[in-house]
Amino acid sequence: MSGATTAAAALPGRLRRPPRSLGAERRWALAGSYAALGAVVVMFLVPPFYMLMTSLKTSAEISAEKGNPWVVRHPTLDNFLYLINYPNFRGYYLNSAQVTLLVVLITMMIAVLAAFGLVRLGFWGSQTLAAGVFLTYLIPATLLFIPLFQVIRPLHLINNVWSLVLIYPTLTVPFCTWILIGYFSSIPKELDDAALIDGCGYLQMLRRIFIPVALPGIIAATIFAFTVSWGQFLYPMAYLYTSNQMVLTVGIVGDLVRADVFAWGKIMAACVLAAAPPVLIYAFLMDYYIAGLTAGATKG
Amino acid sequence: MAHQRSVSAPLSIQGRSLAHRVAGVRKFAQRRSTVAFLMSLPLITLIGGLMVYPAFYAIYLSMLNRRMTAFVGLDNFYFLLRRPTFQMVIFQSCLFAVTAVVSKAVLGFTIAHLMHGIGGRHQRILRGLLLVPWVVPLALSTLTWWWLFEPSYSAFNWVLTQVGLRSVPWLGEGWIARFCTIAVNVWYGTPFFMVMYLAALKSVPEQLYEAASVDGAGGGQKLLYVTLPMLRNIIAITMLFSLIVTFADFDIVRILTSGGPQDMTHVFATYAFQVGIQSGDVPLGAGVSLFMLPILAVAAFVILRGVSRRTREIAA
Repeated sequence: MSGATTAAAALPGRLRRPPRSLGAERRWALAGSYAALGAVVVMFLVPPFYMLMTSLKTSAEISAEKGNPWVVRHPTLDNFLYLINYPNFRGYYLNSAQVTLLVVLITMMIAVLAAFGLVRLGFWGSQTLAAGVFLTYLIPATLLFIPLFQVIRPLHLINNVWSLVLIYPTLTVPFCTWILIGYFSSIPKELDDAALIDGCGYLQMLRRIFIPVALPGIIAATIFAFTVSWGQFLYPMAYLYTSNQMVLTVGIVGDLVRADVFAWGKIMAACVLAAAPPVLIYAFLMDYYIAGLTAGATKG
Repeated sequence: MAHQRSVSAPLSIQGRSLAHRVAGVRKFAQRRSTVAFLMSLPLITLIGGLMVYPAFYAIYLSMLNRRMTAFVGLDNFYFLLRRPTFQMVIFQSCLFAVTAVVSKAVLGFTIAHLMHGIGGRHQRILRGLLLVPWVVPLALSTLTWWWLFEPSYSAFNWVLTQVGLRSVPWLGEGWIARFCTIAVNVWYGTPFFMVMYLAALKSVPEQLYEAASVDGAGGGQKLLYVTLPMLRNIIAITMLFSLIVTFADFDIVRILTSGGPQDMTHVFATYAFQVGIQSGDVPLGAGVSLFMLPILAVAAFVILRGVSRRTREIAA
């Protein structure tokens, strides 16, 4: 951040009062804000930066233990090429993609239907259930993974990637339903009546009115479900133990780390590839992402 | 449409008896609630079968012996509480959660406050960059932290030796390792607080600040008497949310230290994993994770009360 010049450039568009009232004191305060925030940004981006740098290094350069580790002297894409041709890694990627896709689909079906039923149609106890959904969102996975281990054992799902498809919805559905309850209840009731008079069924009403009107909420919920199932670590760590069943997070932490002490270039390249989908989604859909993030606490 | 008939039925029977009409309305309501129940059935099945049942099953499990052949009452809990390692786990879990949540809240608020003063496009760019730690899957970024802390190739130690300081055994010594796990959690969670507080700051009416200025309030006074009271609710709610998530953290400790050195960094989740999954003592592991329940229950109670009070305020 180049302090005062950047600050001055940012000002005119934002100020309602004429610029002459901008005291020197305020200008200094603004410059200070930029400097402090610049420092924070640099600190926060250290790990992703170092991840990227290491992923571009050769094993020889990493193990040489000479010179500045923060820069790359001989950048190479060999680590990435190695991973793309490494069958285990491709397996993890495919497993992750498959699990995430299925979980997102299942989550959205359950959450949209339930939120619609609870908000608009209602039945005996539906208010309690809506509050209960919020409570179950607060039950952490770390409390459930041991009893769930006993639940999926008789189903022969231990060391089976399908166990994740069964269990991940417990992480995603409560929050997604909660977000959608908020969005759906903000849709005016007059729309329902109009649809009913026009002869719409409930499912048609859901498809033609609720889903299009609450689309931002649905996108936010989908992004949430995606990032949670893509990045989950505890369940695959507890339930999967052979490479052919593993997903990216445990595959990288378990399989690659143990393989070779000097494999850090490959490990970091694997992290870059594995982090790419959520980061790209975030880059393109930032506003929806943030809407989903803040919805949890700001939607009553 | 099947239920369209039931909608139009009460309208088209003007001449008939009132009893008939009431029956029609009741039938309509009944069908409506049946549809609603069917729509919520997948949700109810999921929550009941894979969350509520396992939660109670955990309580039952924790009262069995190691081979799960006999009922031993509260023996597992007595055993755990007498064990020095587990006493340390309780201490470390609380230390980890409280220190991390307070640091995240203070840092997040400071950053949000600075960003609020900037505004506009630059604020958007900064917010976009600052959220990156929250976006990268935690297991992967923690692995990068591990590599940054690695004993012989640590990039942090390289910087320290360049400045003329001694290198630090980041994950090798108890209290330093504890500090590292907390630091990584703060790094990961601060963006969440920042985004929440920034959104809340935007909702504080500008007139309040103008009124305060007219009364001669300085920056510090505005912060103390306008901003903080207005944000009290959101601060409390985010801290409680974060307390639950931080208390239940698994990824950071598991990947950075696996609980070491000398079990000093273990928290409930990692200790439960070690006991229940790795050593195969399922009942004892269930017992360990159940220790999270009281604090979660208190937090959930407070959050729910706050949420419902807020909803009432909005409704009124």
